[in-house]
Amino acid sequence: MAPEVKISAKNIDFFYGKTKALKDISMDIHANQVTALIGPSGCGKSTFIRLLNRMNDLIPGSRVEGRIVMDGMDINHPRTDVVDLRRKVGMVFQKPNPFPKSVYDNMAYGLIINGIRDKSFIEQRVITSLKKAALYEDIQERLNDSALMLSGGQQQRLCIARCLVVEPEVILFDEPCASLDPISTRKIEELILELKKDYTIVIVTHNMQQAARVSDYTAFMYLGELIEYDRTEKMFTVPSERMTEEYLSGKFG
Amino acid sequence: MSDLSQALGFLCLILCILFALFFLGTLIYFITSRGISVISWEFLTEVPRKAMTKGGVAPAIVGTLYLTVGAIGFALPLGLACAIYLCEYSPAGYIVNIIRLSINNLAGVPSVVFGLFGFAVFVKVFGFGVSILSGSLTLGIMALPGIISASQEAILAVPQSYKEASLALGATHWQTIKKVVLPTALPGILTGVILNVGRVAGETAPILFTAATFYTRGYPDSVFSEVMALPYHIYALMTEGTRPEIQTGIAYGCSLILLCLVLAVSALAIILRQRQRINYGS
Repeated sequence: MAPEVKISAKNIDFFYGKTKALKDISMDIHANQVTALIGPSGCGKSTFIRLLNRMNDLIPGSRVEGRIVMDGMDINHPRTDVVDLRRKVGMVFQKPNPFPKSVYDNMAYGLIINGIRDKSFIEQRVITSLKKAALYEDIQERLNDSALMLSGGQQQRLCIARCLVVEPEVILFDEPCASLDPISTRKIEELILELKKDYTIVIVTHNMQQAARVSDYTAFMYLGELIEYDRTEKMFTVPSERMTEEYLSGKFG
Repeated sequence: MSDLSQALGFLCLILCILFALFFLGTLIYFITSRGISVISWEFLTEVPRKAMTKGGVAPAIVGTLYLTVGAIGFALPLGLACAIYLCEYSPAGYIVNIIRLSINNLAGVPSVVFGLFGFAVFVKVFGFGVSILSGSLTLGIMALPGIISASQEAILAVPQSYKEASLALGATHWQTIKKVVLPTALPGILTGVILNVGRVAGETAPILFTAATFYTRGYPDSVFSEVMALPYHIYALMTEGTRPEIQTGIAYGCSLILLCLVLAVSALAIILRQRQRINYGS
């Protein structure tokens, strides 16, 4: 039995000006599962993930058609509160992007913008989130240091922890390990597997092995189209489409 | 052959920088050596007496401080708000391009024209009279283009990734500007302020008809008072009066004080900027 559907995308088309970047994408993202999006550069996987928290709104001249529904809420409806949506759907970016502030201020940011002033509450939430991101042990002495002084891997885990502070339901990872070394990458992957107990996770990755290691579902995209979407073990063993098989075996990419 | 041309090019650059440093050095040397002898506690703290040949120049120092603080106090919030609008809110298009072009052109308007404008608008139409207020506003308008373009550059230099991080956490556009963009841009904005403080403090033409007076015995008691100001006082000392041999020395003394004032304000801004950089680790 398939797990409950958290986000459902139906017939999504996306345009950058006149260029059609996504063509009729329909897929369901399941709650408390890791869904990986793979495919060669420019296939639209990042574009798709950025539709789920409407980060593409920032791009002038872009346009989306079709419906994305999360828990009954139409994400692209004009009356949908985008600020509220982004609190529910957190995002971790390709390059670690902590603010040029202290570790603590980075963590507290999400609460302060929500108007929370209670210092002890903030402190408690910061610490539990750092612990959830398996970062507290490493940096508990350095909470007042600039976040930019941390290593790349620590910075990325801080970004994950920062996004946990606002208690999202879904976390989007846009190639989170693209700029990290193998050891940091492994830590992030372990963290993703840990986090899926509490959150729904969507991850874009260039790295097919990474998709195989962390994900429950895999979607293969090519030139703006969704070629195949299935459970990861099936995709990597007996894909239905010849193109998926060729991509996964490295024939192109 | 290419080694030779490289050496020649390098030599050329060295000569240019030496040339520039030479003039900077001689300027400081001449002003200091000629001005230092008149500077005393009395010179800094007393009002001028005996047709400017005795006493001090304290009212001019105070006047310049008021005018500079007033001008920056007016131009910084206004300029910053304009820069925020232009960078963050204005839709791309040709109207905005015209606004940008106009602001850049404003920077090229001769300062004496600003002076006449200030006289016509602030002194006459608004009825502020020849006063600190009129002078500050005139100087402020003159400083606006510089502050706007420095702020714009600083704001545009804030990495897009910081803004995305903030928005993705559920911050509104305004929260992102206030809590992420402006703090990150602050060092650059302060640099713009530093450069403009120097210009504003030293300008003579804009305050000629709007704020400065040749000679007052006392200190200003409100923003509607006219004031003495160092640059205008230097001008007066060199062109008016009956004792040029004494007045020239005093003019050098005033120049030295003006240099030190500008340096002090700049130093303050640099310290603020450094502290900001340390806090934010960038």
